[in-house]
Amino acid sequence: MKLLPIACLAAALSIGAALSASAEDAPKKITIATEGAYAPWNFTTADGKPDGMEVELARNLCERMKVECTIITQDWDGLIPALTVGKFDVIMASMFITDKRLEVIDFTQPYAIDPSGFAVAKDSPLGALAGSSEKIKLEDEAPAKAAIDKIKPLIAGKVVGVQAATSNLEFLKKYFDGSVEIREYKTTEQHDLDLAAGRVDALFAQQTALAATLAKPEFSGYTVAGPGFVGGVFGRGTGAGLRKQDTALKAMLNKAIDEAIADGTVKKLSLKWLKTDVTPPK
Amino acid sequence: MDFAFFAEIVPKLLAGLPLTLELAGTSILLGGILALTLALAQRLRQPWIDWPIRGFVALFRGTPLLVQIFLIYYGLGQFRLTLQELGLWGLFREPYWCAILALTLNTTAYGSEILRGAMQSVPIGQIEAAQAFGMTRLMTLRRIVLPIALRQALPSYGNEIILMVKGTSLASIVTLMEVTGIAQGIISQTYRAVEVFVCAGAIYLILNFIITRTLGRLEHNLSRHLRPASGFATSPT
Amino acid sequence: MLDSLGLLGFGDGGWAEALLSAALVTLLLSIAGFMVGSVIGALAASARVSGSRPLGLLADAYSTVFRGVPDLLTIYLLYFGGSMALTAVGHWFGAEGFVGLPAFATGTTAIGIISGAYQAEVFRGAYIAIDRGQIEAARAYGMPPALMLRRVIAPQLMRHAIPGLGNGWQLVLKDSALISVIGLVELMRQAQIGAGSTREPFLFYTAAAALYLAIASTTGLLFKRAERRALRGFRRV
Repeated sequence: MKLLPIACLAAALSIGAALSASAEDAPKKITIATEGAYAPWNFTTADGKPDGMEVELARNLCERMKVECTIITQDWDGLIPALTVGKFDVIMASMFITDKRLEVIDFTQPYAIDPSGFAVAKDSPLGALAGSSEKIKLEDEAPAKAAIDKIKPLIAGKVVGVQAATSNLEFLKKYFDGSVEIREYKTTEQHDLDLAAGRVDALFAQQTALAATLAKPEFSGYTVAGPGFVGGVFGRGTGAGLRKQDTALKAMLNKAIDEAIADGTVKKLSLKWLKTDVTPPK
Repeated sequence: MDFAFFAEIVPKLLAGLPLTLELAGTSILLGGILALTLALAQRLRQPWIDWPIRGFVALFRGTPLLVQIFLIYYGLGQFRLTLQELGLWGLFREPYWCAILALTLNTTAYGSEILRGAMQSVPIGQIEAAQAFGMTRLMTLRRIVLPIALRQALPSYGNEIILMVKGTSLASIVTLMEVTGIAQGIISQTYRAVEVFVCAGAIYLILNFIITRTLGRLEHNLSRHLRPASGFATSPT
Repeated sequence: MLDSLGLLGFGDGGWAEALLSAALVTLLLSIAGFMVGSVIGALAASARVSGSRPLGLLADAYSTVFRGVPDLLTIYLLYFGGSMALTAVGHWFGAEGFVGLPAFATGTTAIGIISGAYQAEVFRGAYIAIDRGQIEAARAYGMPPALMLRRVIAPQLMRHAIPGLGNGWQLVLKDSALISVIGLVELMRQAQIGAGSTREPFLFYTAAAALYLAIASTTGLLFKRAERRALRGFRRV
């Protein structure tokens, strides 16, 4: 048969093409993936380029590490599986450092701490609570339970939009399962559209992202309501995700993040994009 | 690949099967009725009926189902006030009905073309014979054209049904938790994309295999009169 | 609504260039994927008509699996699983670290594999439709197989295959929208980016639908012309 040699040739060609790519211990070139749909942390501009707080921070870190960086976008729910099969080397997509994720991948130290909260219509029962800068640590069980019990009756029976595969979804499932209807979206942009359309009554997301969404005129009737939640299922803040075996890269990134926090770069970028300082406390 | 993991996720994935079947079944049924209506309407050869139908068919066959779902769900979501005035918001508010609508319109477009082609292929002699017997147009349609055309259309329509079953996997995009939606949920818990997608794929494969077999048998039974009687086929002993 | 039409303009803050270049990516991706599919399809079809049982079964299994599993799942599987497999093969040959393909290559491969399953059926059907007498006559003349393939089989095969290939092309074009899930910025993904960041989903998905329709109808005309050319000298039946 003539098929066999052709198949062999095709296989050989693809391997030949594949062999050109390989990783070393201290990388000179890395690819960083972001979601590109999570303004103002990371989003995509009209000409298709990623931009936002994390994209600018990523470029800054690469300069410090003196490595050549390529920044690409990847759907949120595919980020960790794609990292583990080697599609790219680093995730910087406002991903929380949680125990569950640490089972599969590793993280740098956090470069931001940003609480998550609800957004609802101003004239709804929960909306009357108004936003507060109060941060509830889920590890402190008594105050956390009190805060959650206060919100529960105000939002009972409502439809809450949340991004799939996030700690925000974990939180809703753990503390609000049965009292609200949870609807999972591929991107936060999509749940924003459904809040505007009135298909969901509330959103649960990071407060900085909610604030950016609600600043748009069509959301003038909505507000961030209740306290922000951190810790527990939200883990230890936002870090850059990487493969467990890439220890050299992790050390390089940690050093660069240290410097960026110390010289105020993180604070500057945070204020520029997020209008609030999310620098993790020392 | 460990067996225990597969044993754990299969029941979870199967929990999405009723919704997958419901989405596919409802849209195939509704789409089938609409497709037949459109195909029959085109037999009237009225330009004012033909052109809108042709436009509809071209639109839904010329664009990806994914775009159609996004357009119907997120696109029309922008027109909440208008839809409320029309009393249609109750329908468009629900992801379930938006998915059904998109799938139904899509299969209507393909189905009407299949049925139209099948009706055109009915031998003119059969119709002339029916008219010579004094059958009315309606009776010719019911007794001669439709039975022949539907049997003729069965293989192509079978393919369309398989495409619809596969198409339901896009419903996860509008928040519905059918088999693919659940698969993505499991991946976000376990990060084991390949194993989970293989399992989900196998479920669709088996489902489509059963459908293909059932339709094959139906086709076989419907074409019984076209084969020599089974008695003749027995080998002489 | 009307004041937002400016978003589809050229220049600053306009998305026209982005959408048009994304449409070009869609076109290139579809062409590349379709060509890969033709190669795979031709190989699979020749395996099925080769008379070799294992090869025939293999080709049969390939076409059953990829026609029965939702294209979305196939794409995800190739995206995640393909990298794993390539890396494993790479290590086998002594490469270190990860081996990957760029999104465009992954998309092309995925579309090629899906379309190959469809095109295999088209090619097989076309081969079967060739008059056996023609092949026997060529053999009787003592034509070597390569010459017979070029002068007798290929031209007739193409004539029978073109309508089916035309359908296959339309399927590929629509399938290319699903490649958006692996991060390649083609038309669908660009529309999603636009819809998400401007909150005008209706505008962007309508624009995307119009561009898909434009590509589908222009290329459809090309196939129709090719079909007419292939059929010249033949009586239409």
